[in-house]
Amino acid sequence: MKRVSLVFTLALAAAFSTEAATAQTLKTVKDRGMLSCGVSQGLPGFSSPDDKGNWTGFDVDICRAIAAAIFNDATKIKFVPLSAKDRFTALQSGEIDVLSRNTTWTLSRDTSLGANFTGVTYYDGQGFLVKKSLKVNSALELNSASVCVQTGTTTEQNLADYFKGNNMKYEVIAFGTADETIKAYESGRCDVFTSDVSQLYAERLKVANPADHVVLPEVISKEPLGPMVRHGDDQWFDIVKWTLFAMVGAEELGITQKNADELAKSNKPELRRAFGTDGNLGEQLGLTKDWLLRIVKAVGNYGESFDRNVGPGSKLGIARGLNQLWNKGGIQYAPPIR
Amino acid sequence: MSIEPRKPPPQFTAKLQRALGGRAGWAGFALQILFVAALAWLCYEIVANARANLQAQRITAGFGFMANTAGFDVSQALIPYSGSDSYTRVFLVGLLNTLLVSIIGIFFATLIGFLVALGRLSPNWLLSRISGGYVELIRNLPLLFQILFWYLAVLAALPSPRQSISLFDSFFLSNRGFVVPRPIGNPGFEPFVAAIVIAVIATLLLQRYARKQLFDHGRMIRTLPYVLGMLIGLPLLSALLFGAPVKFEYPELKGFNFAGGSRVIPEFVALTLALSTYTAAFIAEIVRAGIQSVHKGQMEAGSSLGLQRGSTLRLIVVPQAMRVILPPHTNQYLNLTKNSSLAVAIGYPDLVSVFAGTTLSQTGQAIEIIAITMGVYLVISLVTSAIMSFYGWRLGRSLGP
Repeated sequence: MKRVSLVFTLALAAAFSTEAATAQTLKTVKDRGMLSCGVSQGLPGFSSPDDKGNWTGFDVDICRAIAAAIFNDATKIKFVPLSAKDRFTALQSGEIDVLSRNTTWTLSRDTSLGANFTGVTYYDGQGFLVKKSLKVNSALELNSASVCVQTGTTTEQNLADYFKGNNMKYEVIAFGTADETIKAYESGRCDVFTSDVSQLYAERLKVANPADHVVLPEVISKEPLGPMVRHGDDQWFDIVKWTLFAMVGAEELGITQKNADELAKSNKPELRRAFGTDGNLGEQLGLTKDWLLRIVKAVGNYGESFDRNVGPGSKLGIARGLNQLWNKGGIQYAPPIR
Repeated sequence: MSIEPRKPPPQFTAKLQRALGGRAGWAGFALQILFVAALAWLCYEIVANARANLQAQRITAGFGFMANTAGFDVSQALIPYSGSDSYTRVFLVGLLNTLLVSIIGIFFATLIGFLVALGRLSPNWLLSRISGGYVELIRNLPLLFQILFWYLAVLAALPSPRQSISLFDSFFLSNRGFVVPRPIGNPGFEPFVAAIVIAVIATLLLQRYARKQLFDHGRMIRTLPYVLGMLIGLPLLSALLFGAPVKFEYPELKGFNFAGGSRVIPEFVALTLALSTYTAAFIAEIVRAGIQSVHKGQMEAGSSLGLQRGSTLRLIVVPQAMRVILPPHTNQYLNLTKNSSLAVAIGYPDLVSVFAGTTLSQTGQAIEIIAITMGVYLVISLVTSAIMSFYGWRLGRSLGP
């Protein structure tokens, strides 16, 4: 059992290590020659292996960007698939360097787990997936329904709050993995499958006839998803945080995978700063001067990665919505790269 | 053969010395004290160091979280539970669900196991081959696969609640489980229960009396008519005097599911079926081995006394076989209990699912929760084997040395 072995690693590390946790993650990663990245067990669009066994997806791109910034090689990554329950223990025990696995940022997770969220990669919210044949148009019509949910997520509490708040009864059946959950929903054990909306779109692709299922309009919670790193290593925290900002910043500056090399020769001061032809911003992070160029050439800017993995350019076809840049009607915003 | 003269009882200090220090005497005792002290110190260091390191990483530690509000719901709870209860309550709900599925699983596994074993030993060719086939098929397939088979292939294939299979419009079978009318106590309920209790006690006393008569005076008393009369008559009398003991709340379809009535959830059914049929295959082999270990002369002796095959088995062979059966049999009970933690695959809310699963990920306190969970399984297992040891001890006593 993976979980138990993770807990033992954590317990042993806690019990026998005598030094405080001032681990130099960047050095560890460089020595190992590989980034260890915690991802989901297969969520199309966010992190899933393709038919050749390569991991792809939006969450995967974050890790690829970090690896590109460190090694100039986006393939130097060991992906560790984790269930919702195991993810924090894997991070705490040091099995992974960064957790990039559609994880909701909440106060208690930020404070009690010995880990920090580095930013918001995707602004999500919890919704409901139902069969069209039930002829349900609103979540408020779900009184007395059976609801399938994946255990170990913020979803279970939101669900309890929503039904209680609206004076509705329900039955919850909680499964260990997303696959088991969607299978039980498909088999008719439940009327409703609830999860983050992005995940509903992704899981819908797994059922036999996706067009027979519909995502209800209600979004009942705020689910800002982001990567996590361990407490106690501020340099590593900065690197992961600014990797996302580099992708968002690149979109703002109009840098794309295609034109990056060309723009790197530009004379514009803001571009020169970003590409490191002027100043040493990358070195301040502990990386190289051309860190942003490496990131964009590997995975593209934020918008490109979004389109390719979850947006209109993908099977999921999710609209940008809140995840549009701040100056285009969304709330994605990166502090200035200077 | 000469009888050894009885030794004088050893002196108290010598006895103590031998118990504590063995042959090494007091020096050995001192070494043992040192060893225990070192072990205690090591344990203390491990715990203290773990605490300090967790604190340094600012990972919350300790058991304070148990009093916090859980905030999530559970599909099956034997005690009243809602989302506003504490994690302690969640723990109890999960524990009771684990115990429920284990106890019912153990009951059916034992029943099926004995029947299959007897079937396999039967002189009837067809019966013994079918029993053998059952054992070989079931024990050679992975348990998780069998649980998923029952859940996803058998129970999920049942119709939806609206098209459920109904019996007298009060029993409903659908993919949401088996719904039955729920009995609610009437004023006549207490006398009814009292009547049953009295009937059971009277039956037991009567059986004892009949047994004593048989053993002491060789008189056989037919108790069955009296027993049936009491067990049916007394409760019936109470119902006539005090009115019906219960009334029934009938389930009816409201919205997506049935409201009212009691429901057995399909997760429970699938898990119990899989656990009991799987463990039964192993128990059958153990029982068969036990019965075959009894010399066949016993069976022949039974036949020559004029006993039928069933009576010979029940009165002569099985009691002797029990001594061989019991220890590996206990192992199977322990396995079944521990295997019940596979419940999480089909969403049955057992201890591992709601406590080591949801609670763990909501609080993030992995070390504490896994420690509690392991402790609970250890206690359940120890209690089970204690009960079985006690049974074995009694059996050994009644069989003689």
